[in-house]
Amino acid sequence: MSYDWHWRVFLEPAPGHVRYLDWVFSGLKITLTLGLAAWLIALVLGAVLGVMRTLPNRTLQGFAASYVELFRNVPLIVQLFIWYFVGPEVLPFGDAVKKIDPVAQQYLAATLCLGTYTAARVCEQVRGGIMSLPRGQREAGQALGMTLAQTYRSVLLPMALRIVVPPLTSEFLNVFKNSAVASTVGLLELAAQGRQLVDYTSRPYESFIAITLMYILVNAVVMLLMRFVELRARVPGYIGG
Amino acid sequence: MNFSIRHVAVSLAACATVLLATTVMAQELTGTLKKVKDDGVMVLGHRDSSMPYSYVAQGNEVVGYSHEFAVKIVEQVKKAVGNPNLTVRLVPINAQNRITLMQNGTIDLECGGTSNTAERRKQVEFSNSLSITQARLLTRKDSGVKEFSDLPNKTVVVTAGTTSERFLRDYIDKTRAPITIVSAKDHAQSFILLQSGRAAAFFMDSDVLAATMARARDSADYVITGTPQTHEAIACMLRRDDPAFKTLVDRTIAGIETSGEAAKMWRKWFDSPIPPNGIQLKLPLPDEIRDLFAKPNDKTL
Repeated sequence: MSYDWHWRVFLEPAPGHVRYLDWVFSGLKITLTLGLAAWLIALVLGAVLGVMRTLPNRTLQGFAASYVELFRNVPLIVQLFIWYFVGPEVLPFGDAVKKIDPVAQQYLAATLCLGTYTAARVCEQVRGGIMSLPRGQREAGQALGMTLAQTYRSVLLPMALRIVVPPLTSEFLNVFKNSAVASTVGLLELAAQGRQLVDYTSRPYESFIAITLMYILVNAVVMLLMRFVELRARVPGYIGG
Repeated sequence: MNFSIRHVAVSLAACATVLLATTVMAQELTGTLKKVKDDGVMVLGHRDSSMPYSYVAQGNEVVGYSHEFAVKIVEQVKKAVGNPNLTVRLVPINAQNRITLMQNGTIDLECGGTSNTAERRKQVEFSNSLSITQARLLTRKDSGVKEFSDLPNKTVVVTAGTTSERFLRDYIDKTRAPITIVSAKDHAQSFILLQSGRAAAFFMDSDVLAATMARARDSADYVITGTPQTHEAIACMLRRDDPAFKTLVDRTIAGIETSGEAAKMWRKWFDSPIPPNGIQLKLPLPDEIRDLFAKPNDKTL
């Protein structure tokens, strides 16, 4: 392919009294904050739901199972449209939401959408972690006179949560990659900035390569971070420890 | 025996002539025409909700004013490549991906609502113009928005990747007017944001606005207002540096426009009931476009 590369395009002035490189960074900032906020929701909600799925209570189990089925089986982009377009119309405080800053509305819808979707996936990982423990651990805790809450807090969860660190790493990576759907409701995150860069600079290859590198960078940092967590949290003498 | 040998000789000669003729023709073809001939497939890009230019009506059928031009161009391409059974594949595209898909060869021709701009001309080629469009504002009658100068401190929705989005962003950049822009994926979504009250106005080409408004349940509540802000030619998009294909496309469009057929097509799509549901845009042929039909050209306005 004879393509005339022009990487200096990123140093050229862009509308808004900045350079095109600043567009890439502003997109990166939104992708990062969006991904982290959604991950926080996913981790907390997912852990609670994961525990619910293993409790000896049919109602709670059923609730968590339905949640997973619902959020895991509806395409992410459809969920986002429901949060963004339908949400404010049906919620009692929807009119108040419509009055806040439009970018904040997009941000809110995207965070809730990604958070609740990823929570369903985290839930299944946490449930898997708890189920992978020998039944004897739960029984031993109860036999020692611990309440159910104490058994979970001191016996089951400390092990289960360590076991699920590796699968959670891939969910953490997914949350950043999935955040690109937010561009469909107009949020100028990394993918949307990539599209806008192509529009303004007429440099599709440079633009998309730059955006791709940013995603790789984010995910490399996440992997290193989770690797560190994995090493620190490893139980000596357990799975390769 | 003798007779049949002569027969064979004649048919062989005939075969050779046909072969020779096709080789010569194949050699003449370049660019898109060669690609179409070799693949036996021509790929047209179309829009989903760019009414009345190119959109999907009932039963997934692609229709529209520009689409009719595309269909007529395909007929000419069939003749040029000598393949009456050419397969035509329709690929849905949007305002954001259309130029990239043209550049990377996914689509061969796009006749929709694409504006011919100097900026885009660096990346793709445009045919003779099909129409001329101006961007205005669609708003609720009671919104208090009458002019562009009423927009500060309001939210305006534009469709992502359009020249209107670009114009508005540059305008805000230059004047530093406190206007909030929201961009939506397509015209239909832009209108939902206006309808639900999340944007005070929808800034877009006025014919697209007329179509969007005509389709709405509550169309009586809306009005197209404001001095036109842009003035752009709508044209078919093709790849750059492909003179043979460009000549064919331009010649076909010029033929339709000068023969009076284009004026009929205009009446059909802009001033008569159109699918779905027989809505009417009520936009009679403007003088400027009548002049364009008399003297077809591919000028960037």
